[in-house]
Amino acid sequence: MAKPLHEPGVMLDGFRLEEIAHQGGMSAVWRVTRPGVTTPMLIKVPRIGEGTDPAAIVSFEMEQMIMPRLTGPHVPKCIAVGDFAHQPYITLECIPGQTLYPRLPGLPLPYDEVAAIGVKVAQALDDIHRQHVVHLDIKPSNIMFRPTGEAVLLDFGLSHHDQLPDLMQEEFRVPFGTAPYMSPEQLRGIRNDPRSDLFALGVLLYFFSTGVRPFGERETIRAMRKRLWRDPVPPRRLRPDYPPWLQEIVLRCLEIEPGWRYPTAAQLAFDLSHHDQVKLTARSERLKRDPFTTVLRRRFNKELIRPNRTALATYISSSPIIAVAIDLTEGSKATNDALRVTAERILATLPSARLACVNVLKQGRITIDFTLDEFGHNKQIDRLVALKHWAAPIKLDERQLTVHALEAIDPATAILDFARANSIDHILIGARQNSLLRKLLGSVSAKVAAEAQCTVTVVRPHPNSQDEHAPAEGGVKLSSTG
Amino acid sequence: MLIALFADMHGNRQAFEACLAQARDFGAQRYVLLGDFVGYGADPDWVVTTAMELADKGAIAVLGNHDSAIAHPREQMNIEAKVAIEWTRGELGTAQRRFLAGLPLRQNDGDRLYVHSEASNPASWIYVTSTAEASRSLAFDPAQITFCGHVHRPAIYSMSPTAKMTAFTPTTGAAVPLLQGRRWLSVLGSVGQPRDGNPAAAFAMFDSDRRELTYCRVPYDVEQAVAAIRRKGLPRWLADRLLIGQ
Repeated sequence: MAKPLHEPGVMLDGFRLEEIAHQGGMSAVWRVTRPGVTTPMLIKVPRIGEGTDPAAIVSFEMEQMIMPRLTGPHVPKCIAVGDFAHQPYITLECIPGQTLYPRLPGLPLPYDEVAAIGVKVAQALDDIHRQHVVHLDIKPSNIMFRPTGEAVLLDFGLSHHDQLPDLMQEEFRVPFGTAPYMSPEQLRGIRNDPRSDLFALGVLLYFFSTGVRPFGERETIRAMRKRLWRDPVPPRRLRPDYPPWLQEIVLRCLEIEPGWRYPTAAQLAFDLSHHDQVKLTARSERLKRDPFTTVLRRRFNKELIRPNRTALATYISSSPIIAVAIDLTEGSKATNDALRVTAERILATLPSARLACVNVLKQGRITIDFTLDEFGHNKQIDRLVALKHWAAPIKLDERQLTVHALEAIDPATAILDFARANSIDHILIGARQNSLLRKLLGSVSAKVAAEAQCTVTVVRPHPNSQDEHAPAEGGVKLSSTG
Repeated sequence: MLIALFADMHGNRQAFEACLAQARDFGAQRYVLLGDFVGYGADPDWVVTTAMELADKGAIAVLGNHDSAIAHPREQMNIEAKVAIEWTRGELGTAQRRFLAGLPLRQNDGDRLYVHSEASNPASWIYVTSTAEASRSLAFDPAQITFCGHVHRPAIYSMSPTAKMTAFTPTTGAAVPLLQGRRWLSVLGSVGQPRDGNPAAAFAMFDSDRRELTYCRVPYDVEQAVAAIRRKGLPRWLADRLLIGQ
């Protein structure tokens, strides 16, 4: 293999090297141009030579395999890949702006800003997890934001792809990652658990909201291993005004046992963006670390972290967020009962699922709507209460249930927007029973079913269980025999 | 070029037909048959005849241990396989037996090597079930990619330039890039007698331009293949195992 000379002006497989953007221990990154291409591009070239860390080459091979398979706004677009047989490189879209790393001197940030960063990064993680990838190196210097707001994750050199050979795992069998952010299971060599990324994001949220790294930054194996049994100081201890909801979320991300964390990144994003409805457990109130006896028990309990054999797709499909659209107007009882039955059936098989109950209040196009009705009631609160009442018979844990009262001129669009913003996996919606209304107003369920990006189930009550005030024409009226 | 690879057909006409049809739909330009055309299944003559037709049109075929046992009764085998081979001898015509007897143990094709079992000593029919055998096989022949069968369970092994080995169980339908920096050994699943718990017939497609390997599974009429084995009075387990893919 000829060793090419890299300097400005040199052509590399059709890309012209312009200036060096970053010179790292494992690779060099150059800004490049190509005639006819206007997208700003970067090329990453591994440093190969005497004494090169073999891990650097393998990590570059992993990126060569993974990057061309990733799509969407949360990763830099992969433009070209050059093979080791000729000249190894990866050409990527150059994301303008800076990573989160330069923010470090300004920590801690306001709580709301930390939560907003958390939502975006969790949404990005959800996206790559659904593409079979665990990042395994989430940290400030690997996170950027597009001008449109989406978080972009960088550097997949340590990542695991569920459908590709894990060359890092097989060749080295030692943990790779960045010391302060590495999850307990990652330290033990487990590389296929998406909840490791949630732990790393938890470290970042803790750090950004307190200015302190929860597990320090020492890099010795001995120092890092402490997190296998020692929990971090609760943030409220460091900042007395720390919001309980944020402590609840952050400490749940930092649970030692992966099964005690959020089941998916989408569920974490959901809690961060609806923090008024976060279930506050004892976690949210803690001011002290776990007592010594607990730590001691963990220290010698080898069972606590077992190797994970679940495929990535299984996590995501077993922990969906389900939105159910409830009509609270008169005459919807039978439909709403049928919706509840359907929701119960789905939730019965998926204990990690969560249910978001949504009601849309249709607003007039011209008239001004008031929050209070003619008797001075707050309509919004009434609707939230009604939604909780609808869900009560399902007997969900508080953590699994949220209620949302939206207002919109077009209910279908409001439901679709809600589903998109919250990574909803499945929408349950009732068909409008009254054919006259459907004719006049159009079908909300038809529009939702046609345009949603997720699964939609349109629910109809059994024809014999008519909604009151809406008897079907020619329907048989059943007499009560009770 | 799109190469379709098949291993361990084992006289299962229904499975082989289904895989060939799927490969044709994918646009396969070359066919590679990695041995064990016969044994176990009820239609050995049809399978060998089909292989001969494919070979006439340019397909590459190599010898498997069951194929070898047709002419060499001393091949080591378990009792069920022996019974099936004895029966198969009475099914194959002269041309079919001559075709099998003339197959090579190994066949090189550019930077690829085709062989039924571990390549360093193919007539010993060693199973590649771990990085140890994979490493021995890769050390023997300089081809960048070795394709073999014999194990009936899909796997991909790689060897880095520093001779470190990796093992991986491929996911159906997910293309795996066989990077040029390392050498690869692909163990195919079985067309006619899968043993990884999935009864669907297995084959693979290799895109030699993109250097991507995709393991494929095809559902086929298992019941018909099972009924045929029972009708011929072959050992019952040979029929039953097709239903559970073991």
